[in-house]
Amino acid sequence: MNTASIEVESRTERLIEVRDFVSARARAFGFGDEDISKIALAVDEACTNVIKHAYRFDPTKIIRVSCSGRNGEFAIIIKDDGVRFDPTQVQPPDMKEYLSHYRRGGLGMYLMKSLMDRVEYAIAEGKANEVRLIKNLPA
Amino acid sequence: MSDFKIGQREAQNVSILDLKGYLDAHTAPKLEEAFQNLLRGQRYRIVVNCRDLSYISSAGLGVFMAFIEDVRNNKGDIKLTNMSPKVYNVFDLLGFPLLYEIFKDEQEAVTRFFDRTN
Repeated sequence: MNTASIEVESRTERLIEVRDFVSARARAFGFGDEDISKIALAVDEACTNVIKHAYRFDPTKIIRVSCSGRNGEFAIIIKDDGVRFDPTQVQPPDMKEYLSHYRRGGLGMYLMKSLMDRVEYAIAEGKANEVRLIKNLPA
Repeated sequence: MSDFKIGQREAQNVSILDLKGYLDAHTAPKLEEAFQNLLRGQRYRIVVNCRDLSYISSAGLGVFMAFIEDVRNNKGDIKLTNMSPKVYNVFDLLGFPLLYEIFKDEQEAVTRFFDRTN
């Protein structure tokens, strides 16, 4: 499958457009409804993190989302050039502990890992953040 | 065009919120506002009907987390009903069924507020 990309401003109202774009590409690659929902949610979480944390709600900034697929592996890359993100500084939440203290926020990374087969973070092209979300077609 | 709507009703002194559409980081503030209004009016018995909720992300889940402690400290609760399997899966993935009572049917949730064993 050819790589397809979309660029949107860092605004929460653009999330629906990103979900629709990724869902259409995932469907074209061969995923069923359940996996498409998981992929769209994971991408929403990644973009929401960019809007909140990397760009700190600056609506003039741009998020780049691209989808590609080959050999049964579908990959979505989300890039921003905002505040550098170091995933090793984020502790995965202990959900039992989390729920018992009624905390909120920080659920996005946990969800992404639960929904996708792999989640990878990289610093790309000098200073941009890059998140790669990968899911394999069911055998 | 709005992609998320909230309706509000009362039944047997329980406040019912009907959620419709897509609950994400963009629309979560609307739900936050609805809860704030209920708490301001000292309405602590709350049922959230998710029958027409098509989508929820962690931003939406975070709203429930933000208000549950306050509501329970006032002898109330937030009970959830009528979720589609897709929406339930997201709640389930994060272990929310341990923290919230989730019912198939709205009336069941409303009645639960009057159950003495609750």
